[in-house]
Amino acid sequence: MPIIQIDGQEHEVDTGQNILQACLSLGLDLPYFCWHPSMGSVGACRQCAVVQYQHAEDEHGRIVMACMTPVTEGALFSLTGDKAQRFREGIVEALMLNHPHDCPVCAEGGECHLQDMTVMVGHRDRKYRGKKNTHHNQYLGPLIHHEMNRCITCYRCTRYYNDYAGGTDLAAMAAHDHIYFGRHEEGVLESEFAGNLVEVCPTGVFTDKPLVHEYTRKWDLQSAPSICTSCAVGCNTSPGERYGKLKRIHNRFNADVNGYFLCDRGRFGANFVNSVNNLNYPGSRTEDGRFNALDQQQALLKMAEACDTNNIAGIGSPRASVEANYLLRTLVGADNFAPGFSDVEQPLVELALTIQQSSSAMIADIKNIESADAILILGEDVTNTAPRIALALRQSVRNKAYELAADLGLESWQDSAIRTLAQNQRSPLFIATVGDSRLDDVAEERFNLAPDDIARLGFAVAANIAGEANLGSDDELQQKAKNIAKALKNAKRPLIISGTSCGNSALMESAAQVTQALCNADKQPLPLLSMIVAEANSLGQAMLISDNAVSLSDLTARACAGALETLVVLENDLYRRGKEKDINELLENITNVIVIDGLDNRTLSASSLALPAANFAESEGTLVSMEGRAQRHYPVYLPNAQRRASWHWLLACLKQMGRDEVTEIECFDDITQACATQNSSLSGITTAAPNHQFRNIGVKIPRQTHRYSGRTAMRADISVHEPKQPVDKETPLAFSMEGLNRSQPGSLLPFVWAPGWNSNQSLHKFQSEVGGQLKLKGGTAGTRLLQATDNSNNIALFESPAAFKALKGQWQMVPRHKIYGSDELSVHSPAIAKLVRPAFVEINASDAKKLGVNDGDGVDLNDNKGDKLTTLEVSINDSIATGCVGYSVGFIATENLLAGESLVLSKAENWSPSESQQAVSSGVSDV
Amino acid sequence: MFKSLTSQLQTMWTILQHTFTKAETVQYPEEMPYLAPRYRGRIVLTNDPDGDERCVACNLCAVACPVDCIALQQGVRDDGRWYPQFFRINFSRCIMCGMCEEACPTNAIQLTPDFEMCEYDRQSMVYEKEHLQIKGTGKYHDYNFYRVAGLAIAGKDKGEAQNESKPIDIKDLLQ
Repeated sequence: MPIIQIDGQEHEVDTGQNILQACLSLGLDLPYFCWHPSMGSVGACRQCAVVQYQHAEDEHGRIVMACMTPVTEGALFSLTGDKAQRFREGIVEALMLNHPHDCPVCAEGGECHLQDMTVMVGHRDRKYRGKKNTHHNQYLGPLIHHEMNRCITCYRCTRYYNDYAGGTDLAAMAAHDHIYFGRHEEGVLESEFAGNLVEVCPTGVFTDKPLVHEYTRKWDLQSAPSICTSCAVGCNTSPGERYGKLKRIHNRFNADVNGYFLCDRGRFGANFVNSVNNLNYPGSRTEDGRFNALDQQQALLKMAEACDTNNIAGIGSPRASVEANYLLRTLVGADNFAPGFSDVEQPLVELALTIQQSSSAMIADIKNIESADAILILGEDVTNTAPRIALALRQSVRNKAYELAADLGLESWQDSAIRTLAQNQRSPLFIATVGDSRLDDVAEERFNLAPDDIARLGFAVAANIAGEANLGSDDELQQKAKNIAKALKNAKRPLIISGTSCGNSALMESAAQVTQALCNADKQPLPLLSMIVAEANSLGQAMLISDNAVSLSDLTARACAGALETLVVLENDLYRRGKEKDINELLENITNVIVIDGLDNRTLSASSLALPAANFAESEGTLVSMEGRAQRHYPVYLPNAQRRASWHWLLACLKQMGRDEVTEIECFDDITQACATQNSSLSGITTAAPNHQFRNIGVKIPRQTHRYSGRTAMRADISVHEPKQPVDKETPLAFSMEGLNRSQPGSLLPFVWAPGWNSNQSLHKFQSEVGGQLKLKGGTAGTRLLQATDNSNNIALFESPAAFKALKGQWQMVPRHKIYGSDELSVHSPAIAKLVRPAFVEINASDAKKLGVNDGDGVDLNDNKGDKLTTLEVSINDSIATGCVGYSVGFIATENLLAGESLVLSKAENWSPSESQQAVSSGVSDV
Repeated sequence: MFKSLTSQLQTMWTILQHTFTKAETVQYPEEMPYLAPRYRGRIVLTNDPDGDERCVACNLCAVACPVDCIALQQGVRDDGRWYPQFFRINFSRCIMCGMCEEACPTNAIQLTPDFEMCEYDRQSMVYEKEHLQIKGTGKYHDYNFYRVAGLAIAGKDKGEAQNESKPIDIKDLLQ
């Protein structure tokens, strides 16, 4: 590793870094604006100037930009050199010429990189007496607030939005000091990752719109390490709370998972926790059908009494924590515990787990995905089912560019040079989905096929890689498969992505087959496999249950036979898991329906005893992400009113009943331990995070910043006598500003702050860069429960399905997921709700012609018996395969539709989009 | 011996002289002391010269407060102005240090010469916004933050604040 000299001090630095990276990893303060660790350098802002000397006798030196200067052995630099300091101060002064007098009314104030850098360079007094340039702002949608006057033209926004996230509707416009960053006209930003502009922008041009309207400064936010619950990727987040309300979600760095970025569903979709439809008190249904509020003890006694029977069953939830599900399973017994998936999804999630457990490929996390240089997606519309993966895929197609750059000897941070060099050359990405997808613009080739045909394509690719002869498929498919197989075989690190969202098991099996064929070709490093599941803990749920766990329909059958007296439903809206009539049948045939949930929904309304569950921001829990990473989320604030964590209710009930299984369990960590002991696949969850006894150099980790204000006034309207700060017995975090937020394990980082670095750029003080691997000093959060195994003999060989044939007069239903709308909880977030389109069906033009419908017409969907299931708006989309109909998943209007079933369609007469069509989700609030 | 005796006598003489000076203490409360306008007493929130509330809920007073006795929540009015939805000072904790006034970028929060705030019930020392807000401008008469700030509010669009030029038309090449 080269040794460089900075201000007379010798430092050993990593090869391939630039001076700015080197200085920051050495802990030296060097101001910068345009450089970003994941976007590289362009040298646009001229802020990171340092003096470089030619040799030891050189007294003058010359100014160079640290971010554009590679480290070389023996190079001499000065950060504190007078020349460099004056230069840096001059740059900030120039950037501040037109900066408005806005800080008190700016949502960036207090965590503004521009503020930090201005203080750091020592610029204090404004000498410029001329007039400031001004700009009009644009409306950029419900998520992002635009304030163009504050811009310092560092170009980070367009570099992120266009170059990194693949957006097309944000650009730098006009010239010289008129430069303007915005859209060609006002409108909602199209990218699903636009929210990251809030963190990428070093000042307040792009700010969090929902936050701006009920704003709290960073120093007043109480934060805890958390996990996003909007999909199965398991991005690490840092939610901020004030006055009992969740104010915002910020990214929490995890080198292996989300890195620096989140998707908009994750960032803005968590506001459901502030919903007015929160259930705050336990309630029991009376004879007249209304709920009577109970206190906790009464509710607990009622629950224990109802659970004291052998005719009991429990329905868990893939969005609840491993611990809560484990306790419910303990309460009702393994034979009576349904994991809470729909009948279609349950075998698919189990299959996803089996494939990943037995595959000899590496199970990909996002860092791995970004390293892939040939990708095949089978069936998943990644942007809508696991959005953060789509952003990673946009980086992996750039590996071709990095390869070309390496040939020329360019460093990987030479962003502009590499983009110019590569132009449109990309690593191959093949997408086989049921319709168009948002990644099509970077795909080498895309195939829009019926799910069974996608599976056939997969099997043909596998056969091709294995060198087997024609499987009897048609020639066209064979030719396509041949190309894909060639690209995958030639790649250093091929990646196969599939998942459960199509509701088709053959398709997932084909992905397993392709991966296995690649593994058999003895590739090193190992090929990558990624299986996308739907919810935050779907995979954990599959690990918890045994192979033949009961399903919802099994329970319905038992209920109808009168064999069920009590049903406990844990954080699950069953109406999203099956057809309405089946769920009604299940619930109506059971005397005691106990529902534990946080947000009002129809299952809760159908219960006989409702218990208020704390949401993810109010409780602790372990979630297992789609890559099998067990991660812990911690309560950001104490649950409001009588809400309690689900595990808390279940544990209290088990204790009330005097059950032997829980006599040893005293705290949350004991549940995790018991679950890990009893379940070998989950044995790793205890290492996901340190237990509650962990102390950081003898003290707890504070949730509040050291500048947390208003402590003696925030509750003074209730009582002037201040209560003691709440004691957190369950976690190593404290509900106070006391403790040490430094050098703790990565899973316990509530927020980032360092002296002089108030913005999120202070993250680099918490990172270490050793051997080119940027990581948190305390280690990466989470534990991988799935490891690549070399047991290729155990792999079952799967059969290719028959080709899909469109039946006359019938259409196959294929799910179309939507980033905004398909997820259960995020649609209750007001900002996300504004982006949800009403449910619709997609059909190609020739099929539409057959049906005699046009864009915007209504169409009746009837089952084979002629019963009408629903009526939906038609949207013509030629990418949908003939004989298939795409339908939006997760909406009230489509809840009676099942993936893969064949339905009869007919034009709806006198149809107009009704009120119910506008309702966005299956939540009660919209009814 | 002689030296210490002289010192004693000198002291007695000095003290005796005080008998003929004017008393510094006053017969409060019958007689009110003079308190300068910049005396640090009860805190108020003031209006700008145009009669609208000055506080923009920037939270700087709250963070400057050494005893953390100020709590507020920002909101945005329909006209685009930031304002405090609530603004609470717990005077039973306040030490009248004036740091909030120093921190305030809009001259909204000001300390006044009134110090008579005794209460039998501590709870009555908790002042909400309606108890704090006065109609006048306090000590600083002319300053109006929004005339200087770049934020557009109703009645003051972009480019209409002090030292601002008209908004740039980015589609015009001739500017």
